[in-house]
Amino acid sequence: MDKAVAAMQDGISARQPTVAAIGARRKARQRRELVIESGLFLAALVSVAATVTILAILFSESLGFFKTVPLIDFLTDTLWTPLFANPHYGILPLLAGTVVTSMVGLLVAIPLGTVSAIYLSEFASSRTRETIKPVLELLGAVPTIVYGYFALLVVTPALQTLWSDLPGFNMLGPGIVIGIMILPLVISLSEDAMRAVPMVLREGSYAVGATRLQTAWRVVVPAATSGLVAAYVLGVSRAVGETMVVAIAAGQNPNLTWNPMEPAATITAYIVQVALGDLPHGSIGYQSIFAAGLVLAVMTFAFNMLGHIMRKRFREIY
Amino acid sequence: MSGIVCANVFPGKDPVVTHVKLPRTESAERQGWPKSIKAEVRDLSFAYGSRVALKNLSLPVAESRITALIGPSGCGKSTFLRCFNRMHDLYPGTRYEGEILLYPDNRNILARDIDPIEVRMRLAMVFQKPNPFPKSVYENVAYGLQVRGMTDRRVLDEKVEQALKHAALWEEVKDRLSSLGTSLSGGQQQRLCIARALATDPEVLLLDEPTSALDPIATANIEELLLDLKQRVTILIVTHNMQQAARVSDWTAFMYLGELVEFGLTKQLFTNPSKKQTEDYITGRFG
Repeated sequence: MDKAVAAMQDGISARQPTVAAIGARRKARQRRELVIESGLFLAALVSVAATVTILAILFSESLGFFKTVPLIDFLTDTLWTPLFANPHYGILPLLAGTVVTSMVGLLVAIPLGTVSAIYLSEFASSRTRETIKPVLELLGAVPTIVYGYFALLVVTPALQTLWSDLPGFNMLGPGIVIGIMILPLVISLSEDAMRAVPMVLREGSYAVGATRLQTAWRVVVPAATSGLVAAYVLGVSRAVGETMVVAIAAGQNPNLTWNPMEPAATITAYIVQVALGDLPHGSIGYQSIFAAGLVLAVMTFAFNMLGHIMRKRFREIY
Repeated sequence: MSGIVCANVFPGKDPVVTHVKLPRTESAERQGWPKSIKAEVRDLSFAYGSRVALKNLSLPVAESRITALIGPSGCGKSTFLRCFNRMHDLYPGTRYEGEILLYPDNRNILARDIDPIEVRMRLAMVFQKPNPFPKSVYENVAYGLQVRGMTDRRVLDEKVEQALKHAALWEEVKDRLSSLGTSLSGGQQQRLCIARALATDPEVLLLDEPTSALDPIATANIEELLLDLKQRVTILIVTHNMQQAARVSDWTAFMYLGELVEFGLTKQLFTNPSKKQTEDYITGRFG
């Protein structure tokens, strides 16, 4: 027995490379790792660098804008006419347009999305779910320009049959279409949040005699609240940044109103409109794009942060 | 929605005779069974898809007593317990065979024409891991009553207090009924779940390893509580802790590989088992 062990150890040591060889091999391995690691790091850096560059340009170009236009005017003036002979630079009309279209979108997407998610997560058989989810994701694959014309040529005329005095350009139609657009996002994230609710909670509810609807509504939804809120918030930031639909179907006339039946321009619609014309580089009109863009970036950034904080919180519950 | 549920809470109490089956004649198998029986399992088999988990179990559940189910992990004791409140109905591909007769109305609660919700209103369950809802202590306990459509605040208050007292939790939580149930300690959470189960005055309390996630002190509290509760409700408890079964139960069933090996008075089963397998398990030779 001892002999056998000794022989084995001999065999092992005979195959052991020398210390120097080990060192060389380790160095080679470390060099290789370093190359791979830096390659991966550079790849990751691209997206960060892009974000940082965009923000830097937004800030620097806006800086020129705010040298001419006082920040207080920008935030309080009720007119947005940067290209007129008598220019006004109040962001409020554009902001109102963005808020109204987004609100309409959310009024569509939140109830519809939540109910669909409850159905998919709590009621649908796994086969139904596997069929419906890809179809929903297809909604997200439709180009936004198609949604824009859908709003202009289908939804608005349909609404006009209900309200005959609805103008051809209005915020209601595009708002509804934005709601449809962000629906897949809201459903998918809400469903994830509800499916993350542990089965033992549902069983606890069923065990006292609750029905499926009671379990879904009184136990699963409350347990998934923060995840649902995160889904809504991320939906908001998508709605706020939506461009094509509002540029096409909401009219492009800055209009300080909270009435969705009126036409108005949103921040994004203004940026598109101005970017299409030929403004001289460095002019105040040119710089106004960046100021408007900065407002948009700050808004979506804030909503994204909020959404991610909520998501993190709901993961921590279980 | 809760109105529908509420409409036929205890239809079994109606003098319907169609489901009644005459008790079997005394056979050798039934000797040494408890005198007063709350439920009787007859030739119960159960399968998850093609995997058979329970094979031809026959077993009584003594009324106002504690019956313990013991056996090694994977022997099917939890599966067996979950048949009693039709928990398996929640998952597709599960199949019951045989009967669980619930007395005094003598109905087979596994019958297809019996609504599982109806069954769950009579048999309450406490789970292995405390699973309070992310709601207040009060709402956790009131939940079972609320899903039955009870809205009278005065009755709810009374029932909640009573259930919490029965679960020996009232003194600890009476000043924070509105704080989250999930903010309680593990042992308190499990007692909260017991209170939730008791609030609806169930006939049978099913406990699935209720102390396995708790420390020894919380475990002792729960065991003491069970001994108090058995005056009021029939208890069926699954445990992998043999000392626990010996401490709290009046009757014990030993299961192995989906089959019932032995059933008898706890004292007898632990001191003088009639089967070799039982003896091997309780003396720690396997499992």
